[in-house]
Amino acid sequence: MKNSICRAAMVFTLALWPLGHALADSIRIGEMSSYSANPQSTDAYRKGWELAVKEINAAGGVLGKPLEVISRDDTGKPDAGLRAAQELVTNEKVALLTGTYLSHVAVAVADFANTNKIFFLVGQPQSDALVWERGNRYTFRLFNSNRSQVLALAKMAAELPAKRWATIAPNYEFGQSAVAGFRQELQRLRPDVEFVNEQWPALGKLEAGATVQAMIAARPDAVFNATFGADLAKFVREGNMRGLFEGREVFSVLTGLPEYLEPLGNEAPAGWIVTGYPAEQVDTPAHKAFRDAYEKAYGLSPKVGSLIGYSEMQAIKAIIEKAGSTDTEALIAAARGVKFETPVGPLTFRPQDHQSTFGFFIGKLAVENGKGKMVDWKFYDGADYQLPDDVVKTLRPHAATQ
Amino acid sequence: MSTLTVNGISKSFYGVKAVQGVSFEIGPGQIMALIGPNGAGKSTCFNMLNGQLRPDTGSVTFGGHDITGSAPSEIWRHGVGRTFQIAQTFGSMTVRENVQMVLHSVNRRLWGLWSPLMAGYAAEADELLEAVGMQEQADRACCVLAYGDVKRLELAMALANRPRLLLMDEPTAGMAPKERNELMSLTARLVTERGLSVLFTEHSVDVVFEHANTVVVMSRGQLIARGTPEEIREDPLVQEVYLGSGAFLETSGIGQ
Amino acid sequence: MYDASTLFVQLLNGLSYSSTLFLVASGLALIFGVSKIVNFAHGSFYMLGAYVALTVISIMPNTAYGFWGGVLIAALIVGVVGCLIEVTILRRIYSAPEVFQILVTFGLVLVFQNLIFEFWGPDEVLAPRVPGLRGAVTIFGERIPQYNIVLIFVGPIFLGLLWWLTHRTRWGRLIRAATQDREMVASLGVNQTTLFTVVFFIGTFLAGLAGALQIPKESANLQMDINIVVDAFVIVVIGGMGSILGAFLAAVLVGVINAFGVLFFPQAVSVLIFLVMVLILIFRPNGLMGGRLIPQRPSDLSIDQPFRPQSRRAQQATLAVILALALLPLLAPIYVEVMMTEVFILAIFASSLHFLLSVGGIVSFGHAAYYGLGSYAAALVATRLGLPMGAGIVAAMLAAALGGVVFGWFCTRLRGVYLAMLTLAFAQILHALSVQMVSFTGGDNGIVGLARPAWLNSHVAYYYLALGAVVVATYLMRRALYAPFGYAFRSGRDSLPRSAAIGINVAFIQWGAFVLAGAFAGLAGALMAYHRGSVFPTDFSVATTVDALVMVLVGGVQSVSGPLIGALGYHIVSVELIRNLSDYWRLILGIFIILFVLKMPQGIVGAFMGRFGKGER
Repeated sequence: MKNSICRAAMVFTLALWPLGHALADSIRIGEMSSYSANPQSTDAYRKGWELAVKEINAAGGVLGKPLEVISRDDTGKPDAGLRAAQELVTNEKVALLTGTYLSHVAVAVADFANTNKIFFLVGQPQSDALVWERGNRYTFRLFNSNRSQVLALAKMAAELPAKRWATIAPNYEFGQSAVAGFRQELQRLRPDVEFVNEQWPALGKLEAGATVQAMIAARPDAVFNATFGADLAKFVREGNMRGLFEGREVFSVLTGLPEYLEPLGNEAPAGWIVTGYPAEQVDTPAHKAFRDAYEKAYGLSPKVGSLIGYSEMQAIKAIIEKAGSTDTEALIAAARGVKFETPVGPLTFRPQDHQSTFGFFIGKLAVENGKGKMVDWKFYDGADYQLPDDVVKTLRPHAATQ
Repeated sequence: MSTLTVNGISKSFYGVKAVQGVSFEIGPGQIMALIGPNGAGKSTCFNMLNGQLRPDTGSVTFGGHDITGSAPSEIWRHGVGRTFQIAQTFGSMTVRENVQMVLHSVNRRLWGLWSPLMAGYAAEADELLEAVGMQEQADRACCVLAYGDVKRLELAMALANRPRLLLMDEPTAGMAPKERNELMSLTARLVTERGLSVLFTEHSVDVVFEHANTVVVMSRGQLIARGTPEEIREDPLVQEVYLGSGAFLETSGIGQ
Repeated sequence: MYDASTLFVQLLNGLSYSSTLFLVASGLALIFGVSKIVNFAHGSFYMLGAYVALTVISIMPNTAYGFWGGVLIAALIVGVVGCLIEVTILRRIYSAPEVFQILVTFGLVLVFQNLIFEFWGPDEVLAPRVPGLRGAVTIFGERIPQYNIVLIFVGPIFLGLLWWLTHRTRWGRLIRAATQDREMVASLGVNQTTLFTVVFFIGTFLAGLAGALQIPKESANLQMDINIVVDAFVIVVIGGMGSILGAFLAAVLVGVINAFGVLFFPQAVSVLIFLVMVLILIFRPNGLMGGRLIPQRPSDLSIDQPFRPQSRRAQQATLAVILALALLPLLAPIYVEVMMTEVFILAIFASSLHFLLSVGGIVSFGHAAYYGLGSYAAALVATRLGLPMGAGIVAAMLAAALGGVVFGWFCTRLRGVYLAMLTLAFAQILHALSVQMVSFTGGDNGIVGLARPAWLNSHVAYYYLALGAVVVATYLMRRALYAPFGYAFRSGRDSLPRSAAIGINVAFIQWGAFVLAGAFAGLAGALMAYHRGSVFPTDFSVATTVDALVMVLVGGVQSVSGPLIGALGYHIVSVELIRNLSDYWRLILGIFIILFVLKMPQGIVGAFMGRFGKGER
């Protein structure tokens, strides 16, 4: 027993010590995401960046060196994310950090990046706070912000005759800021609009029957939805059966994403105005090339996570190339205003808030061949849906703009 | 002057009268056995004395204090010690610590956060352990003791607040005949040494007639007889009550 | 404000939801009633039922018979899986203390999550609508899906079946008898082993059935288990542990209150169920239909040995270890320092839990509440009031101690599993509040930007602070443990009647212990907040509590130095697993926890001391 304890102690100690197993002369990227906690989305994300890394390295790497991604599971918890960040920086000696899936993990790692002066490129998290209230000069964000999509939806909603709105959103930061942003913008454009019912189920625990009934009882003209995943499926099925959506316009964020649309099958709610990702239909040369390569590599069609993972590595490549080194200050200077190519077109990071100009797709849902799809969709350039510079300035901490 | 005066206590549960108007007194030096067939109301009566149950009517006074319906700890503070049918000690402490625990409570020093319990009242604890013959086992863990020793430890704990009355619920339950006699002889010795009185309930007839100097008998919630063991043995009413249950005349007791 | 027809339909909606809740909760109640196992993995059987049903139904003909037959087959399969687990694992822990059972079943939760992910993949799957019940019926002008109407009857039907089973069959009577008195059934010459297996089969069958019946309403997904299990526990506690009728009443109560909750207070839906539970437990501490919970006899884990103060040699060894730790930063890389800093902080947290659990026998299953109160108090004092770190730490300890005052007041009125569940409820309420009160707590994104004073900014400096804190905190808790207060607290665990008979107000002492343990957990929370520079609602989560419980277990429940060793061992193992085996860490960690309880219940320190005999534990 004593021996085994000693041995165990030695194994622990050794496991903690950094081992020099780095590829000779590569550029090391520290990456993390909620792989075990949210496999539904992060699986595709991993496939996306893996594809990009393979392509980049096949084409000669970055600054003549191969990219080496050291990937970690943040388990969906800020603690684990921080620990992974620490370990990636101090043990693995990565040049920069990237990834994360959940906003609160991203917020934690962004704070870590700020205090430890390391470059951090946020991938998928959409929380507005990441670039505004909690923005810092070391953190950049690739995907569009929650607010930009909601602003666009609210603009469209303002053109409808509907005056009485009901909302439903999971009761946490994402849902709350989606509803608040939508409501604020819609009421700014249409002071006569009132919000007659707001439903706030706990994430993953929507009791759809009673909730849908409560929304019907409030007799709204239109509905705004920010539920997704399992909650969305429950909401759609009950809503369909109980007639919540009949004669009512529904505006919904995320519903058009393949991972949420596919499970709905032929019950996908036709007529909803949604944000999403019509991967099969985007036929620009850049996107087609990406889709073909992805399908060839994995036999699956890309999801939005794939698109983000792929673009993330493209952005990193462009930033490092522009910086000419992996020095953090050089990376920050380079990232501000860098131009890089992605499957959805050329993007840049806005110098004023480090937000990329990643756009979004808005379209109408329809059912074809027993499957939901987005029709009449349009790609909105993210650059057009940002807060005005003076507002950004008031929101963002002063130090973040240095 | 009597130590404990029980005056007409009654208790019913859901309309069933468990105890009706029971009165008796215990004086110093008395070792009184409370006996009766199963369901006679002994336990109910006993629990009204130790504070587990509040009598519906009647009063209990102890040393001039009215303790009717007082909480167990209050009754204990007035100087009533007790032991349980299944010995209640603190299994995860040593023998000495068990007694020290009680002594700390006696002296109202339960909330100390700094100096160790072990350092407090050690001499007093050892003295009590000596009185029950447990001094050699003072450092053993309570949970490894033989049951007879646990019972003796419990007695030491019951003595820690210098009680004038000991309430013992079936003190010899679960013990071998030899252990029983040792425990009861020890009790008798303590009564003389410390000027105690004892009230105990008991199944074993041997124990009752050998060690009690007064016996009270209950049947159907009422006190039907009181006297010396000899008087009780001869009492026709008691015989009748016990003949019904058939247990009384067997000389060996009914162990648990 | 709403017309009668809306209210009536809402009542039906509530009843429909109740049925699902009842099926899950009745299985849990049945298993608890007979085997006294606190089956945290019950939600996993529910999730398994949903996934198995999807597969079975997809190969059955698409007819009503196909669907209902498929549901039944899926539930049976889950029941069989339940049996296998009972026979191989749970059978061994029937006499173990509750906390061990909770941990083993939590290990099962991890294993199931990982395996279901491996078998079915990450995608959410929604079953087709049920043949024959695709439409809706109109009641008072409101449409309700036919399937939901059918579900309304499923609950009462199974209540009836269970009643028939437990009152009209021999096995059922034995089950009922065993619920009341396990030993008595054994003395009747009944084969208890078989009885328990049968009960576990029925219980997991019901959970599987509930999961299978859910798939026409909800896509099968990998979060189903956690989402249902806490609610199921709350219902069993409201109903009275082990009472099936109680579970039914509680399910109806919760289902209906929830339905009207979304109508009248949609903002509060996520905490409503816990508020109902707190209210019920204040007025009926044993739940609606619960009898007095008979305290379990002490287990055979030799947990009753007295704590021994350190011998001179052990003291010297402790000093040597502290000295070695003080020298560690000279040798070790930064990451090791950071990890050890976390180990020290978690050791304080685990020690505070250990104090309640091992000294007083109180399963604080919501211990994260104090940790979170501490971290949030520190963060709020720093960011809102701009006060320095010292003030933050004092505020954290005060806030957590205050939490101990409030929660302790409720919890010390209860015992055993009820107490564990009530502490859990408080932590869940705080968790929900921290997520929802965005303007105050920052919501999900927490509070960031806690700055340490300049002299503590380096990893090394903070390492020494944490080391100092763990030494001082452990020393203080140790003093308390060996002082009269610690012994009085232990008295309540060892013998309630004796404690009462010698004037120890057990509830009052326990209350004090809640406050003391709370304050130290709050200290740990504050130190972690400053270590990370940020606080998040996960500080209040069940996972945070479970981590601390596992640390106590790994170190050894009955070992004073256990939490320290446990924090070291568990934290490093789990972090390394996550780092190196991202795809399988839950499986391995789950198996690790299960094996630990089965093979080394006395923990590392306990095993070490058991082997080498005497001295300090």
